[in-house]
Amino acid sequence: MSQPKKSAPAKTRAFELPEHLKAYQGVWVFIEHDRGQVNPVSWELVGEGRKLADALGSTLSGVLLGGPDEPLDAFAKEAWAFGADTCYVVRDATLKGYRNQPFTKGFTDLVNQFKPEIVLLGATTMGRDLAGSVASTLCTGLTADCTELRIDQGSRALAATRPTFGGSLLCTIQTLAYRPQMASVRPRVMAMPRRDDAHVGTLVEHSLGLLESNIITKVLDFIPDASRNTVNLAYADVVVAGGKGMKTPENFKLLWDLAQVLGGEVGATRAAVQAGWVDAERQVGQTGKTVRPKIYIGAGLSGAIQHRVGMEGADIIVAINTDPNAPVFDFAHHGIVGNAMQVLPALTQAFKQHIASRAARRVA
Amino acid sequence: MHIVVCIKQVPDSAQIRVHPVTNTIMRQGVPAIVNPYDLFALEEALRLKDRFGAKVTAMCMGPPQAEEALRKCVSFGADDAILVTDRAFAGADTLATSYALGAAITQLGREQPVDLVFTGKQTIDGDTAQVGPGIAKRMGIELLTYVSKIVEVDFAKRRLVVERRAEGGVQVLETALPALITMLEDTNELRFASLPDMLRAARCPVRRWSKDDAGIQDVSKIGLKGSPTVVSKVFGPTPRTEKAEVMSLDSMSPDELSRTLIQKIFTKHPHFESDLLDRPRSTP
Repeated sequence: MSQPKKSAPAKTRAFELPEHLKAYQGVWVFIEHDRGQVNPVSWELVGEGRKLADALGSTLSGVLLGGPDEPLDAFAKEAWAFGADTCYVVRDATLKGYRNQPFTKGFTDLVNQFKPEIVLLGATTMGRDLAGSVASTLCTGLTADCTELRIDQGSRALAATRPTFGGSLLCTIQTLAYRPQMASVRPRVMAMPRRDDAHVGTLVEHSLGLLESNIITKVLDFIPDASRNTVNLAYADVVVAGGKGMKTPENFKLLWDLAQVLGGEVGATRAAVQAGWVDAERQVGQTGKTVRPKIYIGAGLSGAIQHRVGMEGADIIVAINTDPNAPVFDFAHHGIVGNAMQVLPALTQAFKQHIASRAARRVA
Repeated sequence: MHIVVCIKQVPDSAQIRVHPVTNTIMRQGVPAIVNPYDLFALEEALRLKDRFGAKVTAMCMGPPQAEEALRKCVSFGADDAILVTDRAFAGADTLATSYALGAAITQLGREQPVDLVFTGKQTIDGDTAQVGPGIAKRMGIELLTYVSKIVEVDFAKRRLVVERRAEGGVQVLETALPALITMLEDTNELRFASLPDMLRAARCPVRRWSKDDAGIQDVSKIGLKGSPTVVSKVFGPTPRTEKAEVMSLDSMSPDELSRTLIQKIFTKHPHFESDLLDRPRSTP
């Protein structure tokens, strides 16, 4: 990342793209899949890519790399349904199971041949590994972990916004004199697009031209995660989160109680994770997970940007804090000024009663 | 055997404050630390040194004061320290940084061939996780990101087996040296600096390399010029236009307040209410 203070603001001045870069057209999304499943972040990006392509008056394409026996055609159909016009497909035995070298070659070859102007990837372990490698190979700009993507009307360049300095400020980054413009976005930052199975697009097959004997790294084994990770925080509909203001690990139990009544998951700020009150996999924020629940209840947390960028996509945000000036009240929908240790048990009880009375009325 | 560990000096982001009016970073008094993720890389390199007697060189690109971060690495057991520092590097984004570090490591390899390069999985100030892959591509060596365990390394046979954190599981990968590893966090525990190493660190001459020392001739690839990305705007978070509806315990009891809140939420979001009733939940 550039140091913001050193660069003069580029603003939205019209920028004349060098002639050889004008051939770069269209928006691409890398469609990441693993053992028969497309990672939902790819569909979230197809939705976002559609908006960018429309703003440019251009097309949206999905990129699928995989083994010959993987259901790439079915994935392509899904990509169309979510809004893609075209899918570029590379099928090769060396592309079964992610490896950096064949995927980097497959992707960069496609870019060099078909010249997209924007390339989006999910900021997952796979997407980050591939994005960094592809951008370095192509010597182009890559903006990681974006929280907002739009087209700058002046330059027609991608304006990618991301938190910076550990999430205390936001900055907008553009790749002006290089193509393609690459960006990665973390899961759940963008909304899932609507699906229309009647929408059908085209398919372009491309070959890889790489022999297994030329690939240095071999996969010896794959050990799937034992429990398929029982914590599904990123996709939870209800998240009850706590910060340093919860004061003790015992008080964190109050969050679990409320989460249980609402059938949700417990999240935490970095400070609470660092205090050892809760597992690191429950951290919500720039360096943790991004959540998009229907309701987010945050207790004893101030709402620093580092945390905010991980949860502001929630439909309803409820904040509980003793400090009426806490930043969290700037973006919460409902605020409660008060001690979380008093409010949480009362809220748990009230939800429990409400659900019980409504359920009884339904039966009757 | 020669291992290079790339580290970055970063402001302790937990202590960064933003000026509420000007939206600029208030750096005064913010301590500079070694990027915490890089310490897992350093420890892993030191463990290989313990087992195989490798030489460990810590390398950092940054301003002159980053020397302190390198000394820290020496105090844990690194043998050599190189600070790649030059005004020409200013304003570098991840691509230009990867280029400069890749060039410096290649140059260092002319003194003694480099078998392994370690980086942390990302930094805490940029969080991009791009420089590790960038260095590997620039050097044309094998890239292994998010490594959780080094299973086997055979410097004589130039062979390396690692476990790598992938989506939904762990990949066991075999590859050839030289390679670059980005080390996952919480995979090892950093040793304590020994007294002799601390004394050595205090006296250790940290080598300072300019762009010329790093063998960089093409200045169009470094610093601001070599950076495709341009920061067009820096800004603070905007409050929502619609202010939060705030209730206070000062004027209501917790029970009363909870019931009022639930009413408000369900009136505004009736779908959420029916959704909640249909939702499977574990019985307390």
